[in-house]
Amino acid sequence: MAEQLIALLESWGVSKAASQVEYLLDFPELLDQIWQTIYAPAAATLLAYVIGLPLGIVLVIGEKGGVRPMPGPLMRVLNWAVNLLRSVPFLILMALVMPLSTLIIGTSVGTTATIVPLTLAAAPYVSRIVEISLREMDRGVIEAAQAMGCSPWQIVTKVMLPECRPSLINGATNASITILGYGAMSGAIGGGGLGAVALMRGYGRHWLVVMWAAVILLVLLVQIIQSIGTALSVKSDRRINHSESKRRKRK
Amino acid sequence: MGEPIIQLRHLTKRFGSGDGQVRALEDISIDIRAGEIFGVIGLSGAGKSTLVRCINLLERPTSGEVVVDGRDMLRLSSKELREARKSIGMIFQGFNLLMQRTALDNVCFPLELAGTPRREAAGRARELLELVDLAGRADAYPAQLSGGQKQRVAIARTLAASPRVLLCDEATSALDPKTTRDILRLIQDINRRMGITVVVITHEMKVIEEICSRVAILDRGRLAETGAVEEVFASPKSEAGRRLVYPDGVPAEVLSTAADQARVVRVAFNGGTSYQPLIASLAIDCGVKANILGADTRNIDGRAFGTMLLGLPEDGAEKALAYIRSQKDITVEEAADCHG
Ligand SMILES: Nc1ncnc2c1ncn2[C@@H]1O[C@H](COP(=O)(O)OP(=O)(O)OP(=O)(O)O)[C@@H](O)[C@H]1O
Ligand SMILES: [Mg+2]
Repeated sequence: MAEQLIALLESWGVSKAASQVEYLLDFPELLDQIWQTIYAPAAATLLAYVIGLPLGIVLVIGEKGGVRPMPGPLMRVLNWAVNLLRSVPFLILMALVMPLSTLIIGTSVGTTATIVPLTLAAAPYVSRIVEISLREMDRGVIEAAQAMGCSPWQIVTKVMLPECRPSLINGATNASITILGYGAMSGAIGGGGLGAVALMRGYGRHWLVVMWAAVILLVLLVQIIQSIGTALSVKSDRRINHSESKRRKRK
Repeated sequence: MGEPIIQLRHLTKRFGSGDGQVRALEDISIDIRAGEIFGVIGLSGAGKSTLVRCINLLERPTSGEVVVDGRDMLRLSSKELREARKSIGMIFQGFNLLMQRTALDNVCFPLELAGTPRREAAGRARELLELVDLAGRADAYPAQLSGGQKQRVAIARTLAASPRVLLCDEATSALDPKTTRDILRLIQDINRRMGITVVVITHEMKVIEEICSRVAILDRGRLAETGAVEEVFASPKSEAGRRLVYPDGVPAEVLSTAADQARVVRVAFNGGTSYQPLIASLAIDCGVKANILGADTRNIDGRAFGTMLLGLPEDGAEKALAYIRSQKDITVEEAADCHG
């Protein structure tokens, strides 16, 4: 099969077909690259939510007229910090935090090391995404909860987060795709994964078949994440679909 | 009935400051008695919502006193305020249900806050859904319910906290007439059976007539008048009251009760100038503030035809009459059976 493929590619005028096909058919290597594409951004997304979710909540409830107003100077500093971190281009941020990666993970190269800059870039982004979702919340419902004697904490955990769940899931899908993209970029300075494959082997060695294969795999990954995210969001949204009978049967 | 359960004292609420300041409420004092259904009516922007939101402090008054069930609300710590709010139910024009919870779980919500065990809460919630006639829709989500059904869920939800007071801010304004009547019946039923004091905010006279025992009329942030519904409706004493009760003008038989007007005169326009200049010049030339009690006038080609009823204060009435008589194409006579 490999020989036929090489012959076909050569007949199309593809140069270095043999080494490219050999590389692509090395499945353990390819799987490892896919795994690296996923795990660093996934870990970073998770960590980014650990930081960004509370931050996003604070950005909404802490403002003047919010559920739990906080001192104006604090809010201004938070907003400023989020904007600042978001405005540093990712590749520059990555270079800047290399020492921090060494400190935390012990090395500044390799896929695992990219988790640090990815998290740092993603956390402020996630906080804004969370903020946008929570701002969609109907103020009337929050007032009703306040009128029922809810504490700010209860409003966050029992009203805002559950009511905004579909939108939060959409936001998380959006965030993980963006972070996946950052992760692919990190291939430029030491990270692994499909992004690095496309960049170093594909673009660098002029292995065009490998480059396109890696890009197509990345596109497929994004499609899969988007489809799962959208499906989860729609499924969790009680304002649409979900007939009563379906629910009864599940019980 | 009798004891006041809600006391508002010199309640004032202003929004903003400086030039853009809105005086939403000015020196409002009202006593609402335990067990009654008290109505608050007024035109849009009169301050009704602000008033009712000052009762459970969703809005903090600029000054004044709010006492609910013996508690001075403005003195409470935020924790005490949350406790106090649990005994003050509130329903809204927009229902404000949790859209991601079933009807049953919506009703469970206040019980959850109170830490009631899940099973017990669900049992109680089912009883309440039955009370509001929604037993069959416990597992429906709000998006699957009609407006009237949503409001029923909202009512069951506030009842779950066993409130002493129920505040209704335009609770029926988004509903059709038939559903409005059903919801009002339900509220009345709750008032009678559970002895819950109800405050109804509305801009519709119908709603007040239907269920309220006493009513307060708000006019641009001020309390125009307050009293038993029959009395206020039979003889509104304030300008705002008359406008609400007789939106199309005052019928002659009511005039005898327009107590704050010393003299009532009927002015007939026979094609002279239109009537606005007359009222204006009465104020400017004679210093008399005439009150339009009713009018049936038509403007044809800039000339006024028809009659108008004016209320005139005692001092200045003669002067005003002389002035009106001196006008061209206008005749005036004292309205019958009006003794001030
Ligand atoms: N949060 C606010 N900030 C500024 N002004 C406000 C605010 N809430 C209400 N107002 C103003 O206060 C006045 C009274 O408003 P309110 O909502 O109490 O009127 P309402 O009688 O309930 O009217 P409607 O029948 O239209 O609901 C209005 O002029 C309104 O613009
Ligand atoms: Mg209102």
